[in-house]
Amino acid sequence: MNAAANQISTSPSVLARPKRAKLCGWGRYPALECDLYRPEKLSELAAIVESNSTSLIARGAGRAYGDAAVNADNRVVDVTRLDRMISFDPESATLRAEAGVTLAEIIDVFLPRGFFPPVVPGTRYVTLGGSIAADIHGKSHHRDSSLAAHVASFALMLASGEIRRCSREDNSDLFWGSVGAMGLTGVILEVELKLRRIESAWLEGELIRAPNLDSALEAFERTDGEYGNSVAWIDCASAKGRLGRSILNVANFARRDSLPPAMRQEPFAVAPKFRPAVPFDLPNFALSPLTVRAFNGVIYAMHRGSAERVRFDYQSFFFPLDSIHDWNRIYGKRGFVQYQCVWPEAESRAGLIEILEAISASRRGSFLTVLKKFGAQDGMLSFPMPGYTLALDFPVADGLLEFLDRLDAMVLKRGGRVYLAKDARMRAETFRAMYPNLPRWRQVKASVDPNNRFSSSLARRIGMLPA
Amino acid sequence: MAKVLILGATSPIARILAMRFAQDGATLYLGARDAGEAAKIASDISVRTGAVALSGAFDAADFAAHEEFIRRAAAAMGGLDGVVLCFGTLGDEDAAQIDPAAALATLHQNFTGAVSLMTIAARRLEEHQRGFMIVIGSVAGDRGRARNYVYGAAKGGLHTFTQGLRGRLARAGVRVMTVKLGTVDTRMTWGREGTTLTVSPEKAANAVYAAYLRKAEVVYVPWFWRPIMGIVTLIPERLFKRTSF
Repeated sequence: MNAAANQISTSPSVLARPKRAKLCGWGRYPALECDLYRPEKLSELAAIVESNSTSLIARGAGRAYGDAAVNADNRVVDVTRLDRMISFDPESATLRAEAGVTLAEIIDVFLPRGFFPPVVPGTRYVTLGGSIAADIHGKSHHRDSSLAAHVASFALMLASGEIRRCSREDNSDLFWGSVGAMGLTGVILEVELKLRRIESAWLEGELIRAPNLDSALEAFERTDGEYGNSVAWIDCASAKGRLGRSILNVANFARRDSLPPAMRQEPFAVAPKFRPAVPFDLPNFALSPLTVRAFNGVIYAMHRGSAERVRFDYQSFFFPLDSIHDWNRIYGKRGFVQYQCVWPEAESRAGLIEILEAISASRRGSFLTVLKKFGAQDGMLSFPMPGYTLALDFPVADGLLEFLDRLDAMVLKRGGRVYLAKDARMRAETFRAMYPNLPRWRQVKASVDPNNRFSSSLARRIGMLPA
Repeated sequence: MAKVLILGATSPIARILAMRFAQDGATLYLGARDAGEAAKIASDISVRTGAVALSGAFDAADFAAHEEFIRRAAAAMGGLDGVVLCFGTLGDEDAAQIDPAAALATLHQNFTGAVSLMTIAARRLEEHQRGFMIVIGSVAGDRGRARNYVYGAAKGGLHTFTQGLRGRLARAGVRVMTVKLGTVDTRMTWGREGTTLTVSPEKAANAVYAAYLRKAEVVYVPWFWRPIMGIVTLIPERLFKRTSF
């Protein structure tokens, strides 16, 4: 951004109309009526922000599961049309791009040139702005930390319309106060991101079958140094001796010379994946505990050997669910609730056993349960901490909310926390207890937005805002 | 390597159209009222495709500056092979129906501004005996409706002007394509009541580019507007003047 022009002047005729829309997150719960703006120019966005005297939140691709990008009976600004790439320096691998650019676009443009986003979550259809606001993490967290570690700077539009450039050197409080802050400090405009250099679009690694939780944890520890990417899928329908039986998937990006000769010629060529769409909502009974149990059992049995060397294309490894367009429709009209938590290292084993036993006993069947080891990282409101993280999703059914409150209590008492980007139902007192940096963050928030002009359904529900 | 001038580059359709030209190896000059936005779009195209994309500011209503603007754009690109006109605004139709100044503003933004630029560009293309023009109009220009006749008149005038220009420039080997656009999902129609049959800017731009490649003369985008407007234009005036669409 031009340092001299850190306020965009607007002509009155530019103010846009909103559209009344029912918005929800990826979990389709809750869905709330909002006034949605969709500017196509920076000056339009500035007019919307400056003229807002009630409440506004920015929205990217809408892939947070809950109500982070929803603002019931208030304003939401869809920034996806501010999606220009501004410059790329191949020497430093630094990309400057507007916040509406998605990781998918970065991959499309730069993979063929030998670059990849430094951190990717489970889907590539997320915006840069949203990724910073959620401080996304991926299968590489134990080695590469979260996305913020690779962000050199970003421009942030405050409630007043003023634009500030935030980095570790300039406005660093605001930098760390915006990372993981779910859009509550302002609207992220332009981002400076360091991409990772890769030699091919393939990853090589192992599939390790772990008969129980201890075996899975041991496998994470054993492979920690060798592999830059690791994740385990857990069969949470298993109990007792088989509690936590899982398949560990570990891999590194393949070096060009380790590919077979035929692939070495075009190391970045990967056929576009067939993307079947889910054209209708599955009826609720399709996800009964029995069906989930059967699904889990089938997948586990598919992997015969205890350790197999495999090669994956990047899409299959990083984004298996993206290949099913609108896959969240599988969860029926009542939607689902995603739950992701993390425990400190010393508490992880006990915490995992406790939760897995509770889920197994409840017969609630998480369709897709993912376990990952986290490393250390910075951040005021960021979610990851060194330890283990578990991600689950439960179909909305009677008693679910009370059950999740019980899980919250289990996690909290062990010093763990829940991920805001996945949350749709956590209570305010739980959130306050789980995020000890909240008072410090509220100071930063109050310094740039004293009237709480940036606010969301999430922020109000869990009591993020200063009084 | 075609050298293409895109006027109204901040329109989502124009931006995607520019990307298509760039992907096929064209050099671009993007003109818009908001120079900062045009520059960002140009950077975006360069980063994504590797094409040369330049930009500059122009105002459809600033007639005196048009000659110099086109000269500068052509000089920057090292020539001029094609012009895409994709600017225009619905404006404030209610005001335009009451206040003559507002009505004239709509005409300048959508019609007379285009006439000025097209006249200048036509001379250049005619001199070199090759090239093309793509003029984005609107189905609203096919019939005057009580709801939006000022805008409709501007586009209707633009269609007729373009049609005549097509005939004149055909003798010089220059192609002129008219695009009659239906409703597209952009800021023009966002939050506006009564918008139906809306199509995404991607679909619209891809249809325009496909039509350009197959050397069409007049296209409706999407195609189904041709039969719709065919019927609409046949309705007797006595009936039509009473309708509310």
